[in-house]
Amino acid sequence: MNLDSLLPNLGEWLRGTGPDVDVVVSTRLRLARNLAHYPFTGRAANNQKAEIEVKVRDAIQKVDLEHRPQYLNVTNLAPLDRQFLVERQLISRELATVLEGPRGVAFDDRESVSIMVNEEDHLRLQVMRSGLALDEAWTEIDKLDDALESKLSYAFHEQFGYLTACPTNVGTGMRASVMLHLPALGITRQIEKVFKALQKMNLVVRGLYGEGSRASGDLYQISNQVTLGRSESRVLTEIREVITLILQYERQARQVLMRERKQAEQDRVARAIGTLGSATMITSEETMELLSAVRLGVHLHLLDDLPPTTVNELFIHTQAAHLQKLMGTTLDGEERNAARARYLRNKLRELGSHPR
Amino acid sequence: MDYPCQFCGQPATVHVTDIIKKQKRESHLCEACAKKHQLIPDSPIGPQLNLPALVELLMGQPVSSESAGLTCPTCGLKYAAFRADGRFGCPDDYEAFRPALEPLLDRIHRATRHSGKTPKAAAQRAELETLRGELAAAVAAEHYEQAAILRDRLRQKEGSDEPR
Repeated sequence: MNLDSLLPNLGEWLRGTGPDVDVVVSTRLRLARNLAHYPFTGRAANNQKAEIEVKVRDAIQKVDLEHRPQYLNVTNLAPLDRQFLVERQLISRELATVLEGPRGVAFDDRESVSIMVNEEDHLRLQVMRSGLALDEAWTEIDKLDDALESKLSYAFHEQFGYLTACPTNVGTGMRASVMLHLPALGITRQIEKVFKALQKMNLVVRGLYGEGSRASGDLYQISNQVTLGRSESRVLTEIREVITLILQYERQARQVLMRERKQAEQDRVARAIGTLGSATMITSEETMELLSAVRLGVHLHLLDDLPPTTVNELFIHTQAAHLQKLMGTTLDGEERNAARARYLRNKLRELGSHPR
Repeated sequence: MDYPCQFCGQPATVHVTDIIKKQKRESHLCEACAKKHQLIPDSPIGPQLNLPALVELLMGQPVSSESAGLTCPTCGLKYAAFRADGRFGCPDDYEAFRPALEPLLDRIHRATRHSGKTPKAAAQRAELETLRGELAAAVAAEHYEQAAILRDRLRQKEGSDEPR
C-alpha cells in the first residue's frame, strides 16, 4: 500500500459532517482484546508476536465486512509513514515509535475502522465516526468484534471479562472518546469548571493526540475511565449525557459571544485568516490556535466561502508528517514552519476566502 | 486549578504528578495530610520528598508479603513484579493473582465483576465441544439411539451457529 494515496482524503474523523459537528469533531470507540494462550505483547517473545500477527492477519482477511481492512506491517514502515498514520489517528504513538517487534495495523479505505496488532494488547479495535455518533460506532465495532472473535480465541474470564495487559482496561476493554471543539467555553473561561465536573464523574479529558498530549486548538477528547462493572451501553449512555450537557454549554457560550462581543469575535476570526494567509513562518501550534478561531468563525457564520471540511483539510495537512509528504521531502523544524506558511498562503489564496 | 486534598478535602497545596509507563497520575494533598503521610518532612530542612511513601501513596496500599509472593504458574510473573510494572504477563495472571487483584480492581473501577458483552462464538464453541464429547461417549457406550439424537443436534448447530 502506498500511503501517499491517502493524502487527498480526509478520513472518516475529519469528514466534517455528522450529528452536532459544530462542536463534536469525532467519536471514537476502541476495544482491547487479547488472544488466549499467549503472553501479553509486553512479555511475548518476537516469535510469539509473529504468530499472533499471522493469526490476527488471517482472521482479518477472512472476516466478511463491507469495508475490508487492509493489513500494513508497521515494522517495515519508514518513520515518516508511521508519523503520518499517527496524525490520521490510525495508530498510536506507542505502536509507531515505542513498541518493538512484529506489529501492524489494518484499516479500511474510509479510515473508519482500524485494528492495531501487538499494541499493548494483541488487538486494539477502533471505529471512528465524524460528529457525535456513539451508537453507530458501537454497532460497527460490536459487529467487527463478533466477526473477529468467531475466528480467534479471545482471553476472557467469567468474572473479570475481557482480559487486558493493564488492569485499567479489563472488563469491557472499551474506551469511548469524543473529540470536542470548545473555543467559546475557553474564551468565556468556563472550561475549567466543566473539567472539574467531569473528573467527579470518572471521565478523563485529554488533548488531541491522546494520553499525555496537551490540548491545543481548543480540541479536547473526553473519555470514560471505568471498564469493569459497567456494561458498554451504560458507559455509552453516561458519556452521551455528559457530552449533551457540554454541547449545550458551548452553544450557550457561543450565543453569548455573538450577543455581547460579535465585533471582537469577527475581528479575531478575520485576524486569524489574515495571519494564516500571510505568514512566512508558522508553527504547528500557532496554526492550530488560528484554525480554532477560523473553525468557530465558520460555525458562527462570520466567514464566507469556507466549508468546515476545508478547515479540517488545513488542519491535517499542516501536521508535520502530512506537510512533508505534500512537499515530497523531509524538512527540519524551521523548514517545516516555512513550508507550512507557504502551503497555507497558497491554499487560502486558492480559496479566496475573506471575512464577511 | 484548585484541588481538594484527597484525604481531608481541604484545599490542596502539595501536588504530586508522576508518570509510570506513560500513565500520568496526580495526587493532591493539603500540607497537614502530606506531613501525616510523610511525603514532606515535618521540619522545613528542605524540599525533600519521601520516595517510598510517595510510591505507596500512588499505588494504593503497600503490597503485603503474602500477595507479593503470588506467582502465575503459566508465565512465572510474581504479583510484586506486576505491581512494580503495572502490566500483567499473561491472561492467567488474573486467576493466579485473584486474591490480591480484587481489592486493586475495586480501587480502580469500584467493581470486581464484569458486566456487558461476552464472547458469543466462544460459548458456541464450548457447546459444540460438549455435544461432541457426549456423542463420543454415547457411541462408546453403544447408546446408538441417543447418539443419533446428539448427532442430529450437532449437525444442526454446526450448520447454523458455528461461524466458519
